[in-house]
Amino acid sequence: MTSQIKRGVSLYSYQNETFQGKMTLEDCIRVSAELGARGIEIIGEQSFWGWPEVGVAQADIDNWHALIKKYDCVPVSHDYMLDYKRYKGRPMPFEEQVASVKKDIDFGAALGMPFIRSLVSIAPEVLVAAAPYAEEKGIKLLTEVHAPLHFDHPWIIRMAEMFQKSGSPALGFLPDMGMFLDKFPPVWRAKFERLGVPAHIADYIVKAYEDRVLSEYVILEVQNMGGVGPAIAMAETLRHNAAFEPKRMLDYMGMIHNIHGKFYEMTADYVEPSIPYDRIVEVLKQGGYNGYICSEYEGNRWIEDAEEPDSVEQVRRQQVMLARLLGEPETPALKAAA
Amino acid sequence: MMDKLMIVEGSLENVDGGFAFLGRLPYYRGLGLSMIEDIQVTIDGEVIPRENVRFSVRGKTYTLDEMETVYDDRWNFGEKALITALKPGGLAPGAHKLEMAVRNRVSYLPFVPTTKCVKELALAA
Repeated sequence: MTSQIKRGVSLYSYQNETFQGKMTLEDCIRVSAELGARGIEIIGEQSFWGWPEVGVAQADIDNWHALIKKYDCVPVSHDYMLDYKRYKGRPMPFEEQVASVKKDIDFGAALGMPFIRSLVSIAPEVLVAAAPYAEEKGIKLLTEVHAPLHFDHPWIIRMAEMFQKSGSPALGFLPDMGMFLDKFPPVWRAKFERLGVPAHIADYIVKAYEDRVLSEYVILEVQNMGGVGPAIAMAETLRHNAAFEPKRMLDYMGMIHNIHGKFYEMTADYVEPSIPYDRIVEVLKQGGYNGYICSEYEGNRWIEDAEEPDSVEQVRRQQVMLARLLGEPETPALKAAA
Repeated sequence: MMDKLMIVEGSLENVDGGFAFLGRLPYYRGLGLSMIEDIQVTIDGEVIPRENVRFSVRGKTYTLDEMETVYDDRWNFGEKALITALKPGGLAPGAHKLEMAVRNRVSYLPFVPTTKCVKELALAA
C-alpha cells in the first residue's frame, strides 16, 4: 500500500552546485520535480540573496511562485537562522529576537510556506512569544531536532513541555534523521584517512561506534593508540553523533510536521550505509506521519576535498530509496537532458 | 566546507595601491557583515595587516573594523566579494601564493570557526 508520507527535497542538498552558479533556483526545483519530490524546502538566505539584512525584491518572490507553479511543486519550509550573535560581544535582546522571528514568519508566508524551521539553539521562550503571530499568518514554527540533541535530551523535553503548555498549534518539531546514525559513515572515514588517520585507528573508531562505546572512552583509547590531530578529531565526531532510537519520535508524532531526510552518501544500489531508513520509515508509518521527508544531502562537505560532489545523482538515489520504502509503484527518474 | 572554492581562480590583479582578488564565504548560507570577524590575507607568506584589507560587495567598500557594525548589508551565499589588500606597488607579474582565512561568528556554533583557502594564482603581466 502506498503511504501517506510525501517526498520532497531541501535545496540545501544542491549547495555545491548553487554556490558555484552551476544550478539556478529553477534547476533545483525542476530536477526535484522530475524525481517526484514535489515538496520544496529552502534555507531562505541561501536561495534568496539579500535575506534577511537587505531584504528580497517582490520580483524574486513572484519568480518563486511562478517556478513552484510551473513544476507543480509545493512549498514546504523556509529554514531561517535568527542570528542572535549579530552584535559583537552581546546577545540580541529578547524582544528583538522575537521581532526577528516574526520577520521570518512574514517571509515564509510570502513564499507560501506552511512551516518555517527554527534552529535547535533558539530559546523556546522566543518561539512561544512568536507563536500567536505565526498562528495569525498560518505558519508553524518547527524546531529542528538535530544531533547531538535528540528526543530524550532535557533541552528538547523542556521545549516540548513549553510548547504543549502554551497550547499553540503553531509550535512543533522537525527531526533531522542524522540523529539516528547507526553506523560510522564511510565518507567520514575516507575523509579522515585522507587527513592522515592511520587505518588501524580508523578501524577501531568505526568498530567502537558500532559497539556504542561512550565517546569519551573512544577518545581516550585513540590517544592511547598514539592518535593525534585528525585521529582525535575523528574520535570526537562521536561526541556529536550517536545512534539514537527512531521510535522516540512516536512520543512526539503529533508535533512532528516535517522531516529532514539527512544523508551522507547514497551508494549505486540505493543504500545509505549509515542511516537506517528502513527502520525510520517503518516508525513514521506506524506513527501515522503524513508530511514530507525532504532529502538533505550533507555528504558534499565530506568529499569536496577529493572530488566534485554530484548532488543531483545523490538526491536521485535517495529518492529512489524513499519511493521504494514508501511503497510507490514507480521508480523516480530524471528526464534525459534535452 | 567550500574551502577550495573561497578564492576565485584567475581573479588576482593589481589595483591602485595594492592588489585584489575575488573571494567567497565558505558557508552554506550568507552572513550579515557584522558577523564576519576577520578576513586574513597572506601573500607569498606575508600577512597583510588587518587595517590594510578592504571588502567590497555590490559597489560598497568597507574596512574590516567598519564591517563589525554593519547591520544592513550581507555577504551572500556564493557571492564574489572583491577583497583588496593595500600594498604599495602591488605584486610583481607571475605566480603568487595567496591565502585567505575567514573567521565567522555563527550563532548556533559553540565555537568561532576559521576557514582557510590557499591557492597559487598567476598575475598577468
